[in-house]
Amino acid sequence: MAKFILGRILQAIPTLLVIATLTFFMTRMAPGGPFDGEKPIPEEIKERIEAHYGLNEPLHEQFLLYLSNLLQGDLGPSFKYIGWEVSELIAQAFPVSAQLGLCSLAIALTLGLPAGIVAALRKNSPWDYVPMSIAMIGICLPTFVLGPALILLFSSKLGWFSPMGWYSISDIVLPSLTLGLFYAAYIARLTRAGMLETLNQDYIRTARAKGAPPSQVVTKHALRGGLLPVVTFLGPAFAGLISGSFIIESIFFIPGLGRFFVTAAFNRDYTMVLGTVLFYATLIILLNLLVDVIQAALDPKARTQ
Amino acid sequence: MSDETIDDIRGNSAQPVEVSSLWRDAWLRMGKNKAAMASLVLFILMFILCFVTAWFCKDPNAVSLTNKFATPSVGHWMGTDALGRDLFARILYGGQISILVGLIATTVSVCIGVTYGAVSGFAGGRVDATMMRVVDVLLSIPFLVVVIVLQAVFSEWSSDTSAWIVKNWKWDKTFTDRFTNIVPLFFALGLFGWLTLARIVRAQVMSLKVREFVEAATALGYNKFRVLFRHIIPNTLGPIVVYATLTVPSFIMYEATLSYLGLGVEAPNSSWGILIKEGANFMETHPELLILPGLFFSLTLFSLNFLGDGLRDALDPKASKD
Amino acid sequence: MSLINIQNLKTYFHTRAGTTRAVDDISFSLEKGEIVGVVGESGSGKSVTCHSILGLLPQPPAKIEGGSVTFNGSELIGLDPPLLRAIRGKQISMIFQDPMSCLNPYLRILDQVAEPILVHEDVTQEDAERRAIKMLEKVGIRDAASRANSYPHEFSGGMRQRAMIAMALVTNPDVLFADEPTTALDVTVQARILKILRDMRGELDVSVLFITHDLGVVAEVADRVVVMYQGKIVEQGNLVEIFKNPSHPYVKGLLACRPTFETKYRILPTVEDFLESETTPDGVVTIRERPDSAERLASLEKVTAASPPPTNVEDLAILLKTDNLQVHFHSGGGFFGKPREVVKAVDGVSLRIQRGQTLGLVGESGCGKTTIGRAILRLVHPTGGRVMYDDTELTSLGGKDLLSYRKRMQIIFQDPYASLNPRMTIEQALIEPMTVHGLGANRSERRDRVVALLEEVGLSPTHLLRYPHEFSGGQRQRLCVARALAVEPEFIVCDECVSAMDVSVQAQVLNLLRDLQDRRGLTYLFISHDLSVVKFMSDEVSVMKEGRIVEHDRAEALYHNPQEAYTQELLEAVPQGDLEALQKRFRDNA
Repeated sequence: MAKFILGRILQAIPTLLVIATLTFFMTRMAPGGPFDGEKPIPEEIKERIEAHYGLNEPLHEQFLLYLSNLLQGDLGPSFKYIGWEVSELIAQAFPVSAQLGLCSLAIALTLGLPAGIVAALRKNSPWDYVPMSIAMIGICLPTFVLGPALILLFSSKLGWFSPMGWYSISDIVLPSLTLGLFYAAYIARLTRAGMLETLNQDYIRTARAKGAPPSQVVTKHALRGGLLPVVTFLGPAFAGLISGSFIIESIFFIPGLGRFFVTAAFNRDYTMVLGTVLFYATLIILLNLLVDVIQAALDPKARTQ
Repeated sequence: MSDETIDDIRGNSAQPVEVSSLWRDAWLRMGKNKAAMASLVLFILMFILCFVTAWFCKDPNAVSLTNKFATPSVGHWMGTDALGRDLFARILYGGQISILVGLIATTVSVCIGVTYGAVSGFAGGRVDATMMRVVDVLLSIPFLVVVIVLQAVFSEWSSDTSAWIVKNWKWDKTFTDRFTNIVPLFFALGLFGWLTLARIVRAQVMSLKVREFVEAATALGYNKFRVLFRHIIPNTLGPIVVYATLTVPSFIMYEATLSYLGLGVEAPNSSWGILIKEGANFMETHPELLILPGLFFSLTLFSLNFLGDGLRDALDPKASKD
Repeated sequence: MSLINIQNLKTYFHTRAGTTRAVDDISFSLEKGEIVGVVGESGSGKSVTCHSILGLLPQPPAKIEGGSVTFNGSELIGLDPPLLRAIRGKQISMIFQDPMSCLNPYLRILDQVAEPILVHEDVTQEDAERRAIKMLEKVGIRDAASRANSYPHEFSGGMRQRAMIAMALVTNPDVLFADEPTTALDVTVQARILKILRDMRGELDVSVLFITHDLGVVAEVADRVVVMYQGKIVEQGNLVEIFKNPSHPYVKGLLACRPTFETKYRILPTVEDFLESETTPDGVVTIRERPDSAERLASLEKVTAASPPPTNVEDLAILLKTDNLQVHFHSGGGFFGKPREVVKAVDGVSLRIQRGQTLGLVGESGCGKTTIGRAILRLVHPTGGRVMYDDTELTSLGGKDLLSYRKRMQIIFQDPYASLNPRMTIEQALIEPMTVHGLGANRSERRDRVVALLEEVGLSPTHLLRYPHEFSGGQRQRLCVARALAVEPEFIVCDECVSAMDVSVQAQVLNLLRDLQDRRGLTYLFISHDLSVVKFMSDEVSVMKEGRIVEHDRAEALYHNPQEAYTQELLEAVPQGDLEALQKRFRDNA
């Protein structure tokens, strides 16, 4: 197991290098630069700034410099937030996004899993149709419609929560609900499909032939196989959730990583874009590894492979 | 348990049934699925509404500052927006863009995904390992950054193209702009949307490749090209159709998200994402500006998703509900 | 009082397509200490009977329409689910056909075997586990205490079935339902499992309802036999009586159509030679004995006499030979994977096949027999040795040269469901090989050839525009034969091509192959795990084990005078189901 994990981590290094290369050249392909603001600055000053950040060097030398800094763990300074290191910005914004993501995930799992399981067990009954119809609405309703709608209801009309900002504990409720409901819908559908497939397996019939009560058949025999697809889905989904959703963060004015990232991309803040992309990719790779480890724990066949 | 299982029980003694191809078989099953058929009708109606009816509507970009936030009337069926533009016309024209983006981006990604996945799965070995590695790498790059960059790269190109068409072909400028405007979006979505499909097709091809009818084809001396295109790929069409149907709504959703971010369609043109964004600004005073485009948008997604679920049940009876 | 008494049981399946009478008014009983064999082909309703009794059927679409089943005098049909559960797994246990899919892949064997005790008895986990290990030892799993911690995929097929049996018997039930428990197993493993079941009957005093499609297996274990056909019981009674003197035409047909070591027919009788059946629109089936069945049998016997064994020396020229053929597979590998392991699937095999003759290749699963067939046809690449076809070396051929040999050699696979492209009509599937090889001048000429081919394999040309899924298994295998014949080959590899079929269908396909051989002078490599079928089909037989040939001889000589211990073991393990063996078994018991 240790060898497997080590192997995967070693494999991640070339992957990350390729991603860094792709992103570096892709961002440079886009027209404009970090210092083409709305207010034009004098050409002379702009050149001096660019020289300061090494942007006047040939592209391949800039790239090599970036790589050598990266290998030393230095993500460089932000071009837009003067005086800030990219790593400092990430360290500040990530916890905000992670809190929001964890809350949403908790909501998604507590709603989605039971709904999917019940729907599969009571197939073709109201217990199936009602939650699955709601889930269908859930995946069709974009977060940027649901978010404003929730604000309209809970803060404008009822006044229970403040409409935006990130100041008190209660500020987390509406955004994580918006994000969580979408994922809950997705997880419910995935769980139902997985459970239905497992419940049709021959070994479920064996368990019934042993005289085991239905509850035990489900908990002991069906759940593991039924939830494997959900586990696979959760890896990348979790990475997406905790690294921040730009839409949610901009609807609710939350200073999370997603907003920093998109703002950086708009502003051609090259180092910030690269830094967040690499951070996100690392997160994905690590979480996919975690998914594989969890799968191995759940599925003995995956363990021997 | 379904009819198919009964056939299994009857086993070799099963009488041949009077139906023809698997496609027709699936179509018959689908006909019995009321939700899916209703969705199909709904989507066709929506399509006609956006692409036929729209031509008879008012100019969606005609500003009338004297007639802001008008209530529904004979002249403006759904009232007007903050600039006095006819909301119904804007929703229909917006729908054109949203549906077109969904359909064309799906076509692009299906073409790339099927070819890539089929070649990778059929070749196997080192080629396969390398090709799938590329997919893995692309999947760990955040989708949004790619779209933003591609959008920026292609937008200059698209305005150049638009100017060229207007100059050489004498097309109407607003009309041309409306479509060249979204070309970058097709590329951005299509170029990165095929990754999951490539994986699905690859898995299908790998399992079909060891099936006995493919071995029989090799034994009969068919070349690789024939085996892949006549015998393997036609058998992956079921999952591809299902996936494609479910991809259209997800691309429509992406388009809306990007337009919401200001990355998609440019003003004054509309798309559902833009209308929703504009509506959200006035939701406290004029919620219908958010609700009406949201309704059209959600209904379309709803019908496509139900259609996809229905198709899956029809094409893969084993995974079906009953 | 009978232990289990079934009276007029009816189970129907109601679906959109209509009602299927899966079990239609059957009555029989199981006495204490008895083993009753329930025999029938797929779809005869034998498994549904068991599932109905235990309430394991998915309802809907299944519905028990009537009848009664008593266990120790108390009614089981319509019993409250909790009460039925208390009986299920405690007093009546069940084992299933495919132990791989019937064992939970996520749980240790030990947990699964101990589960019935924990469900039904108030004991501690340790007690249950101790009893489970003891039972695993009893069914012949050595070193049970440590192996019980394994997961199902770490067990072999035979071991898994033993674990299933242990799981069923661990609660000391009164009745065991065994649903095709040995069908997926090799003959030697099957023989051992059957012995365990017989031993357990004596040791644990359990009565067994043994369901199988194989009359030979029933003859090995059962005291009484119940024969089912299309949901009905057509005959039941004492085993020896039925084997000696079957009264129902279906049972006569079933007994006659299975090839045994002693079969003298050159063309097998089929069930159709004995009966006619008629289905009314509301699904009622009537079965009648054919009035002319005696004449039909007599005419079959004449076929035997009419075909002289080929003696001409020129006819016996060697068509295909392999010299020291090797196929090694590499597992593992990859960028950072495990170290590579070499699997020697075929490890130095030399075969000779004479023109117009059949070489049988037998062996147990995993012995490499299938790989040989594929290596000869270059579907897998041989790693060593030579394949000589008509004095041409095939192993080094490529491109056009290989194509011309592809035309001369064909293969028929085991699973007719997987062997036809589901997206092509029969016409497309049969015309395609002709187009590729340039046979037939134009489309209409090819079409005529297709029609002729279909007639040759016994199918109607009206089937041309249909798709494979509209055909039954036997018909599909005929289509596969027709497709192979479309390129006019001289040599055909039959790879387990009747293994998945019911005996009555198997007889038809074997007859077809025989008939084609006689008419077209075909040469066969007949690969199978079924020794009786190989004996019936082959002129010479090679026995394979672990990638090598252990024995080769003329079929008669090999079966009557096997030299190698492994061949002897294989032959002894085959359930014969002939009258002499039966009578001997009952004498021994008495």
